[in-house]
Amino acid sequence: MSPTATTSPTAAVVRTEATLFARELGSLFWILLFPTLLLVVIGLVPDFQEPNASLGGQRIIDLYASVVVVLAMIMAAIMAMPPVIAGYRESGVLRRLRTTPMHPAALLGAQIGLHAVAVLASVVLALGTARVVHDVRLPGHLGWYALALLLATASAFSVGAVITAVSSSTRVVQTVGTIVFFPMMFTSGVWMPVQTMEGWLRVTVVSTPLGAASEALNDALQGIRPEVVDLVVMGGWTVALSLVAIRLFRWE
Amino acid sequence: MISISHLRKAHGSKIAVDDVSFEVAEGEVLGVLGPNGAGKTTTVECVAGLRVPDAGTVRVAGLDPLVDRDALTRLLGVQLQESRLQPKITVGEALRLWSALYDDPVPWGGLLERLDLVDKADTTFRDLSGGQQQRLSIALALIGRPRAVILDELSTGLDPRARREVWQIVRDLRADGVTVLLVTHSMEEAQQLCDRIAIIDAGRVRALDTPDALIAGAAAATVTSFTADDAVDLEALRAMPSVSAVRADNGRIVVEGRDGAALAVLEGLRRQNVVPAALRVVDGTLDTAYLQLTGPSTPEESRA
Repeated sequence: MSPTATTSPTAAVVRTEATLFARELGSLFWILLFPTLLLVVIGLVPDFQEPNASLGGQRIIDLYASVVVVLAMIMAAIMAMPPVIAGYRESGVLRRLRTTPMHPAALLGAQIGLHAVAVLASVVLALGTARVVHDVRLPGHLGWYALALLLATASAFSVGAVITAVSSSTRVVQTVGTIVFFPMMFTSGVWMPVQTMEGWLRVTVVSTPLGAASEALNDALQGIRPEVVDLVVMGGWTVALSLVAIRLFRWE
Repeated sequence: MISISHLRKAHGSKIAVDDVSFEVAEGEVLGVLGPNGAGKTTTVECVAGLRVPDAGTVRVAGLDPLVDRDALTRLLGVQLQESRLQPKITVGEALRLWSALYDDPVPWGGLLERLDLVDKADTTFRDLSGGQQQRLSIALALIGRPRAVILDELSTGLDPRARREVWQIVRDLRADGVTVLLVTHSMEEAQQLCDRIAIIDAGRVRALDTPDALIAGAAAATVTSFTADDAVDLEALRAMPSVSAVRADNGRIVVEGRDGAALAVLEGLRRQNVVPAALRVVDGTLDTAYLQLTGPSTPEESRA
């Protein structure tokens, strides 16, 4: 029982939380598998396989390759993680850790990191499957794609962080999360890809973090540089929401 | 080892701790006893560095819990009331995690044995019974070889056998020279384990002494009871200065009083020419001392 004695505290926390995360089969399904399954099913609609002149020659299924990536972020950052953190707060896990040499922030960091890794795995799975099953191209510009992915993930987690911070209990977190879930799905383009929206609707949607994310990811997928405004929208929301979350968060 | 001086802490408009001062000597087991909402938990949370006092100072081995958090957590083990773990963490995983947080952890196999959790090592926290969760919580508090331990509601939810076992752990800690600050509802627990007891009510320390001294100082330090064939003049007994209460209980006459009341009662009965039968004289309990000190209105007048 002693080989663990040499483990660093942070490594031990990450390993423990990873073990616990692996037991959350529901979360793993919605984050890792559901986006890919949705993409496969949507691609079965024949019309969605047709190149569309008004979309610059892209097919609807091409657009959905970015939408389901954002969907994975929503599942991880808004549906899966906030209840875990709120549960830790409510049941006193965070309080208890404050009486040990480990700062409970390590636990939050581990949770965010693990959910982010799950998002990344989901992205790889979705894009790989889309390439094989529906002939969707892989990201044309990997650098821009990585940057868009990073900013999009950060903005999604900052939304989740605010939900956790403003909610007093796990139940409230779940309610607020569900309320936020639907507009988030809409702005990411799950029901209607952002690129097919027009007029004021499109202007509104691309000024939200996940609307901008869908745009930027789709641009980078096609191999073109995302519009700076999309990157700024995501970065700006991330900074603003993170500050709000940090300010409002309570350890107990 | 632990020193609290004029501690004050309010939650909003409610004053949880008004003015609490006491010292816990190195190696001492000090019990904090009091009704719900008396400020016990708030007091120990200030010691653990979980709350910022509004006024007053707290020191643990000379450390300020708020400033020297890192050093404090290495010498103070804390078992909190109603503190739970991750629902799906197993007992073994929790102990392994906690072991990794300290430089020189206790080998936790032995702790599992002492706390009778060996066959639960692979059980998740949420599947443990309340008593098992409590024992795991105690194990985690001890894993870092603390020099001082806070135990809040140590034996709540434990069955009598498990209670005896955790009491033995406290005795072992004491034998090892570990300082213990024990928050409890249970008079029996306080009387069994503590070198000294602080009785706290409404945010203030009402009494601080050894269990024996608290009992001896109470109005019911001894309880004398007997039966008698002849009529007894209860008013005459009640009028005696050392007697605090007289009642007839199921044919027995029960007289509560300070130390020495028993002799006065016998003398009084002799004067009434009553021969007491089935005479019993027993020590009072901490209960009476406690009730006297924490009653809604401190009943100093009950000796009419």
